[in-house]
Amino acid sequence: MNTSTSDLEHKSVQTSYVAPDRTAASRATVDREVRRTVGEVRVAEPRIRCNDIHVYYGAAHAIKGVNLDVARNEVVAMIGPSGCGKSTFLRCLNRMNDTIDGCRVTGEILLDDRDINTRDIDVVPLRAQVGMVFQKPNPFPKSIWENVAFGPRIHGLARTRAQLDEIVESSLRRAGLWDEVKDRLDTPGTGLSGGQQQRLCIARTIAVQPEVILMDEPCSALDPISTAKIEELIDELRQHFSICIVTHSMQQAARVSQRTAYFHLGDLIEVGPTEQIFTNPQHKLTEDYITGRFG
Amino acid sequence: MSQYNLEGHTVRRYDGELNHVHLRVIELGGLALHQTRNALAALQERDVRLARSVIGREWEVNRLDVSIDDELISVIARRAPVARDLRIVMAFAKAVNELERVGDEANKVARLALQLFEGIRVDPGEALMWDVQSMGRRVLDLLERSMDALDRLDLLAARGVAGCQRELEAEFQAGMRRLSTYVMEDARNVGQVITLTQIIKALERIGDHARHVGEYVVYLVSGEDVRHRKCAPEEGAVDEGEPQDGG
Repeated sequence: MNTSTSDLEHKSVQTSYVAPDRTAASRATVDREVRRTVGEVRVAEPRIRCNDIHVYYGAAHAIKGVNLDVARNEVVAMIGPSGCGKSTFLRCLNRMNDTIDGCRVTGEILLDDRDINTRDIDVVPLRAQVGMVFQKPNPFPKSIWENVAFGPRIHGLARTRAQLDEIVESSLRRAGLWDEVKDRLDTPGTGLSGGQQQRLCIARTIAVQPEVILMDEPCSALDPISTAKIEELIDELRQHFSICIVTHSMQQAARVSQRTAYFHLGDLIEVGPTEQIFTNPQHKLTEDYITGRFG
Repeated sequence: MSQYNLEGHTVRRYDGELNHVHLRVIELGGLALHQTRNALAALQERDVRLARSVIGREWEVNRLDVSIDDELISVIARRAPVARDLRIVMAFAKAVNELERVGDEANKVARLALQLFEGIRVDPGEALMWDVQSMGRRVLDLLERSMDALDRLDLLAARGVAGCQRELEAEFQAGMRRLSTYVMEDARNVGQVITLTQIIKALERIGDHARHVGEYVVYLVSGEDVRHRKCAPEEGAVDEGEPQDGG
């Protein structure tokens, strides 16, 4: 096949990215170059600002100098092939990588202008401020009420049972679960369906009044109806929170996010408005990935 | 085959589907071009039989149009195309629509040729036919270039076709002016001039459709939307209603 016009056009933006098979002689230059990202990584008033984030698992360099902002009231979708570092990057945002032996994170992660990637930060309130929803719903083996009330109670957000009741109800309502569980709040959370359990986990996350919600493939274990409910919920939650979602579903990223970031081998290759990424991506790697041209 | 890569999907059947749609679109383009060429030849040769054969093949254009639409709907439903693939599907869908209309206009030209030459009629003569033939040559050339750009998905060629609006308009206006002078010279020409005016209008429409196909190829290859560039109001300009475009 001849070189296409579009390939030629891509070369102008591709110069910032160099394929990983590098020679030692050029490594220093290449390492500096690969950090450039196509698209605007900065926003006017960021809730989160990441500056030059590197993550190492022992000797393995998993994230290579990523810069990215997350704005208020926006959903940023992070996409990329398995092992590209999107989940690792997501976990940097609430210091979840601290729990992994041998993992080292360098760089600056500013949450409302305060660097959270320093030793003096207490990760417990941080993880309330930056909540997380995981791939597999993981409700506590307690009642539905307890699942939601647990966080506010240990963080001292409520003093009385009435206040806790109010938080539980409002959180379950915001998670779109109240009508389905209001008559059985004392039954185990683990007895709910997969989709309901995931919404319970979201209710549990928002009960502690976070600023940012991180979602790591929140719908991958759910059926299409439950997925649609979560996506609808994400759209509503955006009014109050910033949301970062890692997903393997291109369609989900296209449906729920305002901006999309494409990761590849630890580099942030391209970031841009979701509509543009899914109609006219600027980087060939992004296009090849989202159109299914490499696996 | 195309310079632009429709292939390379991990799911190779997807490559096959897009390539197949492309071939069918080219087939439709070839048929529309053939119909236009024959309609113009029927006019030039006063060939009533050829004009009838153009009218008789109109259904083939319509059948291809429907069948390609079905294929495109299937690709959208099964593959959920994005990025380049989405542009391919959208551009093909739009181009198919334009090519079907080229077929309609060629059919119209053939019917008008019958109107001019069927039975015992007074031949309009070469002078009256001059503008139709001149417009016909220009439109045929534009349509051929447009099909070539669509076949090779050639950005440069497509840009060349998409930018031909002014020349087409000028040729049309000049033709209309000249034809009106024949009516002024001799009012008995009015019937033939009305028919020839309709033919020129149909040819201008074919030129517009060819130009639009070029615009869709530009969009497909580069992602740039070049439609309605001429009629976009300049910043600070007063909006005077609907912009006027040739198509």
